[in-house]
Amino acid sequence: MHIPDGFIDGKTAALAGAISFAGVGLALRQVRRELPPRKVPLLGLSAAFLFAAQMVNFPVAGGTSGHLVGGALIAALLGPGAAVVVVTTVLIVQCFLFQDGGVLALGANVFNMAIVNSVAGYGVFRLVSGVLPGTRGRVTAMAFAGWCATVAAAICCAGQLAWSGTIPWSAAFPAMTVVHMLIGIGEGLISSLVLLAVERARPDLVAVAAKIAAPKRVGEMLGYGLLASLGIAVFVAPFACAWPDGLDSVAAKFGFTHNALQPLLPVPAPEYQMPGIHSAVGATAAAGAVGTLMVFVGSLLLGYWLAPKSRNHEHSLAPPRT
Amino acid sequence: MSILWHPPAPSQADSLIRRLPAALKLGIALAVIIGTVLAPVDCQLWFAGVLIFLLLAIAGSGLALGFLVKRLLLLLPFVLGVVLVNALAPTGRANWLALAVRSSLCLLTVILVANTTPFSETLRVLKRVRVPALLITTIALMHRYLFVLADEAERMRRARASRTFTPQRHFHWHALSTVVGQLFVRASERAERIYDAMCARGWK
Repeated sequence: MHIPDGFIDGKTAALAGAISFAGVGLALRQVRRELPPRKVPLLGLSAAFLFAAQMVNFPVAGGTSGHLVGGALIAALLGPGAAVVVVTTVLIVQCFLFQDGGVLALGANVFNMAIVNSVAGYGVFRLVSGVLPGTRGRVTAMAFAGWCATVAAAICCAGQLAWSGTIPWSAAFPAMTVVHMLIGIGEGLISSLVLLAVERARPDLVAVAAKIAAPKRVGEMLGYGLLASLGIAVFVAPFACAWPDGLDSVAAKFGFTHNALQPLLPVPAPEYQMPGIHSAVGATAAAGAVGTLMVFVGSLLLGYWLAPKSRNHEHSLAPPRT
Repeated sequence: MSILWHPPAPSQADSLIRRLPAALKLGIALAVIIGTVLAPVDCQLWFAGVLIFLLLAIAGSGLALGFLVKRLLLLLPFVLGVVLVNALAPTGRANWLALAVRSSLCLLTVILVANTTPFSETLRVLKRVRVPALLITTIALMHRYLFVLADEAERMRRARASRTFTPQRHFHWHALSTVVGQLFVRASERAERIYDAMCARGWK
């Protein structure tokens, strides 16, 4: 998902850069205030960890492979502010040292992978784990959050590429979304398994993390949400409306030429096309909803399978007994 | 993959480009990239100029040509993929050639700068342009422990491989994520030790 230089134009790079600048600034402020000094090296080490973890490829259907983005996982372990800082660091180092992702595109990459990925992942994680308590709930929440975060970041990436006129939205959106709906399954699976492994090895780490994770001020969480939605509104919303319009105009053109070539045939081409298009948009939305629901059910099953109730119960009872 | 892992220690031989101040190199690189991204498609003079400039820089950098080509080829597949999608897109945009030229030139620029400038110098420049200290500390620590953790992951993988009869054809999510989870635990334990060491050496 790393966008190289030359793929996004000046206006997109500048806008994404400005939003990312604000987001990273907000995250740095929050982290500086709330992270105990003891935990400062943890940010750098988490970034190094994330980089090493990203080197591990997992197979996706059809011979391709994906790797962890990790924003959601780090957000669940360290909180959204720290996750934004950590993933931004990884992106900066990847950009300068390994030339993975462009210099001018850094703002866009930070927006997609550090801000949207972490904030969306954290939001979904908190929401689901708030409803489903215990280890089982956290595994479910992590799997679902990893998937949602990956898909959200991919949609933003598609929006930026389309905004720059690099790839038309009608090609970028389905390609990016479908591929990342598959990659997201791997991301969710690995994230939840890693969370579970950390929780089993060092339960105190996760407990401490949960304590420092929650942003103390509601305003800050709102700020992140606002920034992420602002970017999504700018990059994606125009296409969500423009897409059927674009197809409409193409259809109208086809209908027109069709009629012009064969004026005798009473084929009401434009009318014929219109319902098809609307149902295509509807079908896409429905497919997305069904896919999301399926992934959520899968996450639930994963939670049930990985974290049996008995062990969970025993775990929660352990402190009073000693 | 191994090339991506360890950025090659480029020949330490002194060269003209290597001796230039880091701030100057980074500034020029940024200007070249901005110019290349913003230059209109039909402005072939600019692209040609940048190419000549980069070739001169390569000549003065003392980097092996084979290394540069290898590096470029490693990073190009994604670019080529998007270019291909673009060339075959039904709307038939004609700018795919410009896209390929632009991203290759930018890529070459960054490769050149990254391999002739020590990372610590780059960090110093970032500090001078007022990047927040917390971010710089994080970047510096990440850079320092990147390869340590990468080696640790490799040792853990090898240890597991030598103790289990896992056929490598199957992919084991569980084993893999246990390794990754353990890596996180070790990273945070190391972070605690690093903090103690930092305090012992007078970190505020």
